[in-house]
Amino acid sequence: MNTTGSNAATGAAQNVHNPDYLVDIQHERLSFFTPAGEVKALNDVSLYVRPGEVLGIVGESGSGKSVTAYSIMGLTAYPGRLIGGDIWFNGHHINEMSEREMRKMRGNEVSIIFQDPMTSLNPVYTIGNQIREVILLHTSKNKAEANARARELLTLVGINEPDKRLKQYPHELSGGMRQRVMIAIALACEPKLLIADEPTTALDVTIQAQILELIMDLKKRLGMAVILITHDLGVVAGTCDRIAVMYGGKVVESGLTDDIFYRPAHEYTKGLLVSIPNLKDQSHTRLVPIEGSPVDMLNPPAGCPFAPRCRSCMKVCLGRMPEYTHLTDSHYSACWLLDKAEFEQRQREEQA
Amino acid sequence: MENRKLVEVQHLQQYFPVLGGKLLEKKVVKAVDDVSFYINKGETLGLVGESGCGKTTTGRTLLRLYEPTDGKIFYDGVDITHVNMLPYRRKMQIVFQDPYASLDPRITVGDIVGEAIDIHHLAKNEQERRDRIIELLALVGLNSEHANRYPHEFSGGQRQRVGIARALAVNPEFIVCDEPISALDVSIQAQVVNMFEDLQEKMGLTYLFIAHNLSVVKHISNRIGVMYLGKIVELADSYELTFHSIHPYTRSLISAIPVADPETARASRRIVLEGDVPSPVDPPSGCHFRTRCPYADERCAQEDPELKEVTAGHFAACHHLDRVR
Repeated sequence: MNTTGSNAATGAAQNVHNPDYLVDIQHERLSFFTPAGEVKALNDVSLYVRPGEVLGIVGESGSGKSVTAYSIMGLTAYPGRLIGGDIWFNGHHINEMSEREMRKMRGNEVSIIFQDPMTSLNPVYTIGNQIREVILLHTSKNKAEANARARELLTLVGINEPDKRLKQYPHELSGGMRQRVMIAIALACEPKLLIADEPTTALDVTIQAQILELIMDLKKRLGMAVILITHDLGVVAGTCDRIAVMYGGKVVESGLTDDIFYRPAHEYTKGLLVSIPNLKDQSHTRLVPIEGSPVDMLNPPAGCPFAPRCRSCMKVCLGRMPEYTHLTDSHYSACWLLDKAEFEQRQREEQA
Repeated sequence: MENRKLVEVQHLQQYFPVLGGKLLEKKVVKAVDDVSFYINKGETLGLVGESGCGKTTTGRTLLRLYEPTDGKIFYDGVDITHVNMLPYRRKMQIVFQDPYASLDPRITVGDIVGEAIDIHHLAKNEQERRDRIIELLALVGLNSEHANRYPHEFSGGQRQRVGIARALAVNPEFIVCDEPISALDVSIQAQVVNMFEDLQEKMGLTYLFIAHNLSVVKHISNRIGVMYLGKIVELADSYELTFHSIHPYTRSLISAIPVADPETARASRRIVLEGDVPSPVDPPSGCHFRTRCPYADERCAQEDPELKEVTAGHFAACHHLDRVR
């Protein structure tokens, strides 16, 4: 175990891009300047995704999970502004890219599917038109070739009668079908990264199973990386290689899927895991809720954002944000309790 | 839990007229189609199903928020299908899904809770009314100063508490909980679920708990009914249903639920259903589930299976129970 210093906190050294990572976010700070005041949506967020890997970002509403993912595409909505840190994607330094360069990248190297397939398709254009648009924009294919590719894509995402569907409008399709069309559009240029922002939240359970299976199958076939954003721990358990848990604009814990579920280190992760009922439980056990309410992002606590709701909150938690403690190469968490444990262990070793 | 039926519905039907594809053509959506069940006093009956299966409509028709097309509703042995509901509103209440839409934004939380007290003349004077409001807010974990605030000043979880306090204001015996936690954050859901359990214990309440999340429904319910396109396809004790389900739809529903445990998730093989839920305007003939069912044959297209008791207290509606097992 060792504790790494955060250079944003000390204001020292420049962030250095690790070329092994497809997505490399370092010490990102992003705020929304609303009439009510500055909302610090992201407060020193660092993340990485390797090529071909599935990263799950878990957190509740307002934790900053979507904002983080959108910023990779340069999609920060007004009045939001990136105010610190660096974002690299596929060799591009996003901070320094112009809108023009960004448009070339979006849909081509990185794509996104949104939560609500009802509103993310344009109702006045046919499905075919919307798929062809991406292909015509990013490749040198002509209209006939683009149409052939669109048909191929619909087959790829498991839509039967593709020729008929190409001529249909979004309202003629069901929710699950529309989400499949969204995936087809996202995959049109075989991106290196697919961002799936709550892709199944608006869908029924049986349809959710279909869509998740489809995303995982396509990921294997096309070898792309996936960032899966969700609030459902069940969804990430079966799909992700690594998980980042976000709370109040910070990544509080990150690690391999098994680390997060079987060796959670942060009190929030632990709390989350025991607060959900398990379908496999043989008897009735009372749920252990996380007390209190979610953080008010306009007035976040000075220290750890979870401190006001934490069962093991100490004095230091309220005033200062802890650094990350690395438990393994890939598993790290920001919690003073881990520092305390580490300190006590060192003391024991010294005595022995 | 007593062995006395508090609420019962028999062959309940709720049809809604819709405009058809052709001009002036009249069609109906059979939102609830011949549903029968009962709930014992002190018991929680869960209703699960996908969107559009009629679970919410069942709950609302049961309270006669919609007038049933056909069928009978009994409360404590009395047929209430055609009576004046005002006296029964004191006994039967509802908590809605969306705590952002179900509270009037222009009146204070105290008045939202107090409205029920006024309508049923449950307080003799202003002081008594105020005391009662504070007592109710305390019951759901809010304090007296919250009474003077407006709904927008509260978080989702707190608003749902207000919705529950409002339902409790008339001292009801029976509450329909219509997806009360689906709009809440994961970390808040457990708080509200525990509160429902505590209140049941304290006040001897009876619940009809409607949700699409089977894990939560199983946690809180004594028995569960599974609905598909307006019909109950399986009904059983909650453990019996989750571990020994016999209807092909229930089985696929259970296997489709993502389990928050990586090892189980990797090991489990899902029964992934093909296709979507058919439109309730034009449901398939015979068994409604046959278009997505791996066991379907000609008989399913012709005959509508009845809900039969397979083992004691375990009901299922399927022609091919032997093959499924």
